[in-house]
Amino acid sequence: MSQLVYLVPLFPLVGFLVIGLGRNLWSKTLTGLIGCATVLASFVVSVMIFNEVRTPGFTPVTVKLFDFIHFGTLNINFAFQVDQLSSLFLLIITGVGSLIHIYSTSYMHEEKPHHFARYFCYLNLFVFSMLLLVLGANYVIMFIGWEGVGLCSYLLIGFWFTNGDYNYAARKAFIMNRIGDLAFLIGIFWILAQFGSVNYQDVFSRAQGGVTTSVVTGITLLLFIGATGKSAQIPLYTWLPDAMAGPTPVSALIHAATMVTAGIYMIARSNVLYTLAPATEGVIAVIGLCTAILAASIAIQQNDIKKVLAYSTVSQLGYMFLGLGVGAYTGAVFHVMTHAFFKALLFLGAGSVIHAMGGEQDIRKMGGLRKFMPVTWITFLIGTIAIAGIPPFSGFFSKDEILSHAYAHNPVLYIIGLFGALMTAFYMFRLLAMTFLGQFRGTHEQEHHLHESPAAITIPLIVLAVLAAGAGFLGIPAYMHPDAHILEKFLAPVFAASTDMKPLAETPAGVEWALTGASVVLILICSAWALAKFAKFTGPGKEATGFAKILENKWYVDELYDAVIVRPINGLAGFLNKYVERLGLDGIVNGIGRLVQYSGRQIRLLQSGQAGTYILLMVIGMVVLFIVQLFI
Amino acid sequence: MLALLLILIPLVTGCVTFLLKQGSAAKIWSLLASVATLGVSIAAAVDKDASARTFKGDWLSDLGASFSLHIDGMGAILVLLTGISLVLVLVSTYHNTYKNPSVYYGLMLLSQAGLMGVFLAADGLLFYFFWELALIPVYFLSSGWGGERRIQVTFKFFIYTFVGSLIMLVGLLYLYALNPESSFALESLYRVHLTPDQQDILFWMFFVAFAIKMPIFPFHTWQPDTYEQSPTSVTMILSGVMVKMGLLGVIRWVVPIFPEAVHHFENVVIGLSVVGMVYASLIAFRQDDLKRMVAYSSIAHIGLMCAAVFSSSQIGFQGVLVQLFNHGINIIGLWIVIDAIEQRLGTRKMSELGGLATTAPSLAILLVIMSLANVALPLTNAFIGEFLMFDGLYQFNVWYMAFAGLSIILGAVYTLRMVQMVIYGKENALTSTMPDLKLNQKLMLAGITILIIVYGVYPEPLFRMTEETVHAIIAQLK
Repeated sequence: MSQLVYLVPLFPLVGFLVIGLGRNLWSKTLTGLIGCATVLASFVVSVMIFNEVRTPGFTPVTVKLFDFIHFGTLNINFAFQVDQLSSLFLLIITGVGSLIHIYSTSYMHEEKPHHFARYFCYLNLFVFSMLLLVLGANYVIMFIGWEGVGLCSYLLIGFWFTNGDYNYAARKAFIMNRIGDLAFLIGIFWILAQFGSVNYQDVFSRAQGGVTTSVVTGITLLLFIGATGKSAQIPLYTWLPDAMAGPTPVSALIHAATMVTAGIYMIARSNVLYTLAPATEGVIAVIGLCTAILAASIAIQQNDIKKVLAYSTVSQLGYMFLGLGVGAYTGAVFHVMTHAFFKALLFLGAGSVIHAMGGEQDIRKMGGLRKFMPVTWITFLIGTIAIAGIPPFSGFFSKDEILSHAYAHNPVLYIIGLFGALMTAFYMFRLLAMTFLGQFRGTHEQEHHLHESPAAITIPLIVLAVLAAGAGFLGIPAYMHPDAHILEKFLAPVFAASTDMKPLAETPAGVEWALTGASVVLILICSAWALAKFAKFTGPGKEATGFAKILENKWYVDELYDAVIVRPINGLAGFLNKYVERLGLDGIVNGIGRLVQYSGRQIRLLQSGQAGTYILLMVIGMVVLFIVQLFI
Repeated sequence: MLALLLILIPLVTGCVTFLLKQGSAAKIWSLLASVATLGVSIAAAVDKDASARTFKGDWLSDLGASFSLHIDGMGAILVLLTGISLVLVLVSTYHNTYKNPSVYYGLMLLSQAGLMGVFLAADGLLFYFFWELALIPVYFLSSGWGGERRIQVTFKFFIYTFVGSLIMLVGLLYLYALNPESSFALESLYRVHLTPDQQDILFWMFFVAFAIKMPIFPFHTWQPDTYEQSPTSVTMILSGVMVKMGLLGVIRWVVPIFPEAVHHFENVVIGLSVVGMVYASLIAFRQDDLKRMVAYSSIAHIGLMCAAVFSSSQIGFQGVLVQLFNHGINIIGLWIVIDAIEQRLGTRKMSELGGLATTAPSLAILLVIMSLANVALPLTNAFIGEFLMFDGLYQFNVWYMAFAGLSIILGAVYTLRMVQMVIYGKENALTSTMPDLKLNQKLMLAGITILIIVYGVYPEPLFRMTEETVHAIIAQLK
C-alpha cells in the first residue's frame, strides 16, 4: 500500500486542476463535490497507509517517483517517505482537511460560482502542497511544499481581493514567510555541502557518524529560523493574526491545524540534528516559551473572535516549540494533533457564529448565543475545555506532557509555561462567556436572524468535538498508567536515535501527580474567574488604559517593525531611486552623452552627427564585406 | 547544415519582408518565417549529430577567420529560446498595428538572424560581426517605433553598447595578435597561452562589452530607459534574448580564454553583481511604470546569473545554463501581459490600474502565474535555476549568497506589490472597461505556463541538453 503513497497528493492535485480549469463550467454543487471527494479519497488512502505503518515490524519506505535534479554528483530525487511521522501527519491533514472541505461547501455558499470554484481550487492546491511537505524524502521536496503552502496561504488570505487591507495581509504573510524561507534555503545548502546529500536518511546517518557541534548548530538554527516564519514564532509571528482576513475555514485548516505546524514537523523530522545541537535546543525552548506567553497576553485583550483564536494559535505553537526544545518530540507532535482537533473546532465554531451574526466578529456585540445555536455552543465549549487543559479532554494530556518534560529540564520553564497555560484558560473562557453567555448585545435585526448552522457545518463540528474530547487518551502518561502512551510507542522508531543519544530526564511519579494536580486546580480557578467576570459583560466599557492598552495594541510590535524595518527600507529604496540611480549613475552617463553630442556638433561639417547614418554605413560596409568574402 | 539554416532563414526572409508592399502580408510572412525557424531550432536542439551541428565556410580566410558555426549545449538552448521567442512575440502582438509594417517585421527577423549568429559563431571575428548585426536592427526598431523619448534613449543605448563593442573589437584584435596560430577560430583561441597581465587586460576589454549587455551594475542605466521606450515587442527580444548575448559572451569567450583573470577578478565581479541584485530589487519597488519595474527585476535576475558564472562551480554553471532559457521565456510572459494592458488601457502606471481580476480574470490568472515564476516559486522553472545558482554562490562564499538572497525576499515584495496594484482591489473608471485577453495572447501565455510547469517539475531535458557545455567549461577551468 505504501507504494501507492503518491495517490495521496495526486487526488487533491487532480481536484485543483479539474476545478481550476472548469471554474466557469461546473455548478457549485459539482465543484464542492469534486473538492470534497478528492480530499476524502486521499484520507481513505492515508488510513490504509496508516494501518500498514501500524503493523509491527514495519520499516520506513521511500518511494522514488523520478529524478528531480540530477547531474554530476548532485542527485535530488522526487521521492516520498512513508514512516510513522509522515503517516500520522497524512491522517491529520487529510482528515481535518476533509471536514473543512465539507464545512466550506456551506460556509462559502453565498459566493458566485467562479469564486466558489476559485476557493476550492486554492484549498485543494493547499492540501496538495501540505502533503508534499510532509511526504518528501528530502529537504528539497519539503521546501517545495513549504513554499507551496505559503503561496496557497497568500492566495486564500487575499481571497476577497477587492479589499485592500486583506491584500496587504496576504502580502505580509508571504513576505514574512520568505524571510524564514531564505534561512531555510541557506540551511539546505549547508546540509548539502556538509553531508553531500539532502535525503533524510543520508543526512541523519552521516550526522550521527560525526559532525562538529558548530556546524550542526548553524544548520539547525537556520532551519529553525525557517520554522519561525512558517509557524509564526518570535520574531516572525505578526503575519498570523493578520491572516485572519481569509475565510474562516481557511483560518481553521491553514492557520491553525496544518500549515503553521510545518515548523514543528520539520524539527521533529530533523530530531537527530537537533539532539546533536543542544545550543539550538535551548534557543528553541526559550523562543517557544516567550512566544507562548507574549501571544497569550495579547489574546486576553482582543475583542475580535478570530483574533483571539489567532493569538491563541501562536501561543499554542509556542508550547509545541517548547516541547521540541526540551526534547519532548512525542509531546510536541501529540500537541500538534490535539491542537489540530480543538483549534480547528474552535475556528469552525467561530465561523458558525460569524455566519449566524451576519459577518460580525466583535465579541462585545455578541452574547447569549447559547440559546440560539446549541450545537455550536456545546462543541465550542468542548473545544474551550480541551484547549484550557482541563482533564480528561485532549489538551490536558498533550500540554501536560510538554510541561512535565519542561519541568524535568528546568523548573523555571515549567513555571513560566504554567503561567501561560493559566492565561490560556482565562482568555478562552472570556471568549466563551462573552460569545455564548449573558445577554445578546447585537442589533434586533441580527437577533432576528440568529439560527443554528446547517448540517454541513454542524457535522464537522461534532466530529471534531469528539476528537478534541477523546484524542488525549492516545497519550496517557506513564505515571498514570504504565505503557498506555499509544502515540509514544507508535512514534518511537522516528525518535529512537535521539532518545538513544540523550534519554529524557525522568521525574518521580509523585512529583508529576503533585504538579498536575496543582496546575489543574489553578486552571479551574482561572476558568471560573473568567466565566464569572465576563458572563456579566454588558457592553463596551471605558477605553482600556495602562497595561491593558499595551496588550490591546499587541505590545506595539507591528508599529515597531514598521518603524525599524519597513520604513527605513522604503526610505533607502526611495533614496537609491531618486539620487543614486537617476542623479548619480544616470546623470554621469547622460553627461558623457551630451559631451559626445556636443563634440559631434562641432565637427558636423564632416559628419551628419546622427548615429543612424553611421550605423547604416557600417551595416552596409559589413554586409558587403561578408558577402564578398563568403561567395566570391 | 542546420546551424547555417538557423541564420539564413531569418536573414533571407527578413530581406524579403522589406520588399513586401502590404502590411498584412509582411505580418503573415514573418510569422511563417519565425515558425520555420522555430522548427529548425527544435531540430537543432534535439539532433546530436555533429555534422548537423557544425558548419564551416570560407570567409576572410587570409585573415585567419572563417564562417564557422557550432551548436554546443549552450548554443542549443539559446537557439531554442531565440526560436520560441520570436514566435511568442509575433503571435502575441498579432493584433497590434505598427507603422511601416514591412520594415518593422523585416527588422525583427534580421535581429533574430543576428542573435542566432552570436549564439552559434565559433570564430572571433564572426562573433563580433553578428554581435553588431544583432544590435543594429534593434536600434532601428527602438528609435523608429518607440515611445516619446525614444530618440534620446536609443542614442544612449547605442552609445553605451557601441562603446562596449569597440573595446571588445580592440581586445579581439589584440588577442588575435597574441595568437601564434594567427587565427580567430574559437578552439585556436582556447589554446593561446597568455601571461597573467595580458589576461587581466584582455579580460576587461571583453568583459566591459558583456557587462553592459547583460547589464551588470553600474553599467545598467541604459536598460530601464530602453525597455520603457522601446515598443514592447522589441523589449521582449531585448530582455528575453539579447541580454543572453552578454552571458554567452562571458561563458564562451571569457571564462575559457582568460581563466586566471576570471579567478583574479571573481570577487570584483561577484561583488558588483550581488550589490546590483539588491540595489535593483530595492529600486524596483519604487517604480510605478510596469516596464521599468520589470526592467529592474531583470537586472536583479541577470546579476545572479553573472555571479553564478564567476562562482566557477559546476552547480552554478548548470543553473545558469538552465536559467538562460527559463528567464527568457518567463520575462516574455510578463511582457505579453503588460503589452495587453497597455494596448487596451493606454497606460502602464500601476497607480492607475487595479481590479483587473474582476474585469479580466484570464489576464489576472496568467499574470499571477508569470509573477510566481518571477519570484522563482518551487515547481516553476525559475526555481531550478535559482536554486542551483544560489547553491553555486553558496559554495563560493556563504556571505555573498546570503546578501544576494535578500533579493529573494525583495523580489516577493515588489512582485506582489505589482500584482496587488494591477489586478486586485476595486476596479476604477479606466479598468472597468478592460476587455480580457484575446485568443492569441491566451494561447501564447498558456504555452509559456506549460513550459514553466513542465521544466519546473521535470528539468531533466534541460540538464541533458546543456551538461556537455558545463563539463567543457569545468575542464577548461582546470
